[in-house]
Amino acid sequence: MGIEYLQIMKSEMILTGIIFFLLFLKVWDGIKSNNSLLHITNVLLFLNVVAGLFFNTNGELFSGMFHTNNTLVLEKTILNVGTFLISMMAFDWLKDHKHLLEFYILLLCTLLGMDFMISSGNLLMFYLGLELSSIPLAALCNYDLHSIKSSESAVKMILSSAFASCILLFGISMLYGTTGTLNFVEMAPLLGHGNLQTLAFIFVFAGFAFKLSSVPFHLWTADVYEGAPVPVTAYLSVISKASIVFIFITALFQLFQNYGPMWYHMLYLSILLTITVGNLFAIRQDNIKRFLAFSSIAQVGYILLGISSGTIMGVSSALFFLMVYTFSNLGAFGVISLVAAKTGKDKISDFKGFYTHNKFASWVMAICLFSLAGIPPTAGFFAKMFLVTAGAAKGNYWLISIAVMNMVISLFYYLKVVKAIFIDENERPIEKLHGSLSLKIALTICIFGAITMGFASGLFEYINTITGK
Amino acid sequence: MLSTSLIILIPLLPLLTFVLIALAGRKYFPSLCGILGTLSLLTSFLLAATVAYDYFFVVGKVGEVYQQIIPFKMTWLQFTPNVAIDMGILLDPISVMMLVVVTLISLMVHFYSLGYMKGEERYATYYSFLGLFTFSMLGLVMSSNIFQIYIFWELVGVSSYLLIGYYFDKPSAVAASKKAFIVTRFADLGFLVGILVLSYYAGTLDFQTLITRLTTPTDQLHSIMAASFLGCSALTWGLVLVFIGGAGKSAMFPLHIWLPDAMEGPTPVSALIHAATMVVAGVFLVARLFPVYSISCPTALDIVMWVGASSSFIAAIIACTQTDIKRVLAYSTMSQIGYMMFALGVSRYGGENGLGYMASMFHLFTHAMFKALLFLGAGAVIHYVHSNEMKDMGGLRKLMPVTHLTFLIACLAIAGIPPFAGFFSKEEILQAAFNSNKAIFGIAILTAAITAFYMFRLYFNIFWNKEYHAHGDSHGGHDAHYGEAPFTMKFPLLFLALLSIVAGFIPFGKFVTSDGKFLLTEFHPTFSIAPVLLASLGIVIAWSFYKKESAAPQKMADGMSGLYRGAYHKFYIDEIYLFITKKVVFNLIGRPAAWIDRNIVDGFMNLLADVTGKISFLIKGLQSGKVQNYAAYFFAGVLGFVLVFIYLWT
Repeated sequence: MGIEYLQIMKSEMILTGIIFFLLFLKVWDGIKSNNSLLHITNVLLFLNVVAGLFFNTNGELFSGMFHTNNTLVLEKTILNVGTFLISMMAFDWLKDHKHLLEFYILLLCTLLGMDFMISSGNLLMFYLGLELSSIPLAALCNYDLHSIKSSESAVKMILSSAFASCILLFGISMLYGTTGTLNFVEMAPLLGHGNLQTLAFIFVFAGFAFKLSSVPFHLWTADVYEGAPVPVTAYLSVISKASIVFIFITALFQLFQNYGPMWYHMLYLSILLTITVGNLFAIRQDNIKRFLAFSSIAQVGYILLGISSGTIMGVSSALFFLMVYTFSNLGAFGVISLVAAKTGKDKISDFKGFYTHNKFASWVMAICLFSLAGIPPTAGFFAKMFLVTAGAAKGNYWLISIAVMNMVISLFYYLKVVKAIFIDENERPIEKLHGSLSLKIALTICIFGAITMGFASGLFEYINTITGK
Repeated sequence: MLSTSLIILIPLLPLLTFVLIALAGRKYFPSLCGILGTLSLLTSFLLAATVAYDYFFVVGKVGEVYQQIIPFKMTWLQFTPNVAIDMGILLDPISVMMLVVVTLISLMVHFYSLGYMKGEERYATYYSFLGLFTFSMLGLVMSSNIFQIYIFWELVGVSSYLLIGYYFDKPSAVAASKKAFIVTRFADLGFLVGILVLSYYAGTLDFQTLITRLTTPTDQLHSIMAASFLGCSALTWGLVLVFIGGAGKSAMFPLHIWLPDAMEGPTPVSALIHAATMVVAGVFLVARLFPVYSISCPTALDIVMWVGASSSFIAAIIACTQTDIKRVLAYSTMSQIGYMMFALGVSRYGGENGLGYMASMFHLFTHAMFKALLFLGAGAVIHYVHSNEMKDMGGLRKLMPVTHLTFLIACLAIAGIPPFAGFFSKEEILQAAFNSNKAIFGIAILTAAITAFYMFRLYFNIFWNKEYHAHGDSHGGHDAHYGEAPFTMKFPLLFLALLSIVAGFIPFGKFVTSDGKFLLTEFHPTFSIAPVLLASLGIVIAWSFYKKESAAPQKMADGMSGLYRGAYHKFYIDEIYLFITKKVVFNLIGRPAAWIDRNIVDGFMNLLADVTGKISFLIKGLQSGKVQNYAAYFFAGVLGFVLVFIYLWT
């Protein structure tokens, strides 16, 4: 037993350890300097990433409630890397914040919840993980203590989440009522009979769709993203979203396999709406966080497109896309968080002439936006290419044509931001901003990832082989 | 045969120059960057020439047929277990020919720019961009699979975007580069979807395998012919979409609108990109997939033919009315590329029927020489006059004798007057058109006459017409002095002029044909009489109108005022595009979307804005605000799904 427990629940154990360590630091109150605290935390998070790479094993615990395998380890590593990068970028914002350790404790609790959620093999476990990963997030949204918008964002988040949870829980209860089990493996063959189960499935699907902000369940996204502090927005749009995609894939492929043709058509509808609505709204945003919120809604549509293929390639493309998306989106958010922390500006028009004094940050932003738009040869191009190709396997050309047409529309608004940064004139452009070293390291990692990952052929093959099992 | 590493060096050298200049050169040795770039290109050119010699005379031929050789190939991305993306080099007659053309023209432009761009502020950056462009273009022509060609296709687009926008402090240059980028991007979209369709059915991305599978009766060919969408087979769709990609880069009607504006870039860049290399990428692409087009899907080839012919004619008419000399040349480029396109379109695979293919490649080759010469000559004139407008020129023949002579040679070549290069290639094209489609032949021969007219209109306006009056006051004192360009600019002019004279005598049918076999081309003096006479007539009309300043052209223009004005405004095509994008797209899609956003999504934020400062109100707003509405939408979504999937789903 003993050692096996430790090995199978390794990442959860380590995270819990870090959370307790930070809690003791808080209670002990021995280190006064915010900078040292931040450095300690960043080192811990880095070690967490490194630890994720070793001593991994496959197995399950608690009679199938919790399980782990190579794919899950990879998914957790993606989340860990993302969290580490966000923490590095948050340096400039947090170094003057009074409640810095609580921020990390809350943040890591949500990460722990996500780890449990994606490792779950049981609907109860899944639900607990989901709630652990979303309730502290509402507190984090409120972390700009003096900003009304931040409070508004938190309230909206918690209310909308509660509503979505109700529906989801309702669906889960009905599933339990009709099958008498909560275990994925046992439940899967019992599904597909009668309208009550279909209704339950639709409720669960809607719960997922809400968390993914797929249209028409997306309305909370823009308001919450806009009000929350930038690092939290980044966390919501990248880490939180990725974790839901991971468990969504498991749910569709394992639990709801009997509904295969039906969820394909449900995804079909969602993809059309999500990509189109996300794009059309992104076009006219001036607030850059709101802009990224809508563009990330559209990106989710492409992920769903890959998943809708129902093939191994679809899954590995989605994973690959999320890796690329993590780097590209976090790079963009890193620059925005720098600007927001130093100047408090968050309008696209504020970025006019940004290139004049901030060469490096401008290039980071441009490369990351190019990658998000899917312009070759950045990694984003390959990632989108894989998703579209996987989706094309179903032979639905209408869907593919609309998806590809939307790629061109999205190019337009991403270029609009790039144009503002490089070309538009501004009498008083943003002054030279001096970011911390950790921010610079994080940004460098991001652009490195956004450029090279497409060319790293081994990566996609590796994902393909482990998801194939 | 050259070793593989030396072949790889051909595209790699310009890339290295780019990296070196971009990383170190701009800071540490800016003034040496031009020489560095020129030298590396010279090496590339020599290597390319050696490869060409080896290929055509030593190793390329097995029996009587030129083979496709793949000296280098590696798996790059394993897509699925069956489909992999390779990186490789494919040598066959057209890619070897393009290697020589690209390196040669690029070398000339590098050399020319030593003089032309001297003293520019971003001189080093300019050379680094040139290196990047040359690398991308060479990578494009050597690609061994369709995905690789797409990557380089995009890179070519990016580097041309950078070069067009080189004078980025000029708003028109920025607008032009953006236009070029966006228009070609729309076309590239077609290309990408076309690639997906073709490769999906063929089960490969590799050119050789793809062409074999789609031209011989295999399962893949049957499945792609059987699948249909909106009444056409998937094969037709795939090929037409690929052609749309090609039409975008090659500025075919109606995707040509970016090309004239692209003239905002430095003139040598226009010579390299928008005359000799990048714009023929579309022709090259169709030629690369020619067996598939001609054997399996003649319908798609007919589309190529009509698009080519109409572009060629429309561009020629517009060119007659433009007053900016670079724009005249831009439209003439579009017209000549139309020639190459319809030559491919009238052609069929193999033997005598493949005359059009060979003629098209021949014209591509000769056109690269004389069009580059025209642009470089125009560059020299602009360098001297400091204006692009015809009215600021005239009477330059004595002041710039070398430019004058070389420009005249190029004009004669493009007009198709024997014995200059353009005559031979145009003859073959006309012959191919005559053999297969009389209507196309009619358009072609008419276009040839108009071409002669507007080229000589240009020539007479620049070098004859009136005495040159320097407008010295505004441009720092230019007297009407002897104004020949420096040696670095003169040498490329002379060299290209020499090529424009002799290139026509190359027996092209021996080297580049649709099936790799020898194609004997016969010269029919009787057939040539009509085109040459018509071209001469065009020249004579131009001579009578423009040799001296006179009122005749204006009278003529007044007489045909409707047509003239239409052509002067490029038949209002730009305006139509603007109308569609601004009015239709904006009003029909943008407005409603904005409305929904304003009233549903922004509603709450607007409410917030109204009550700024009144915190009580704000709290009330928070509690009674639209979160309920969000919940309502959520619930409506669930209900919608229920409705569709429980009640309508069977």
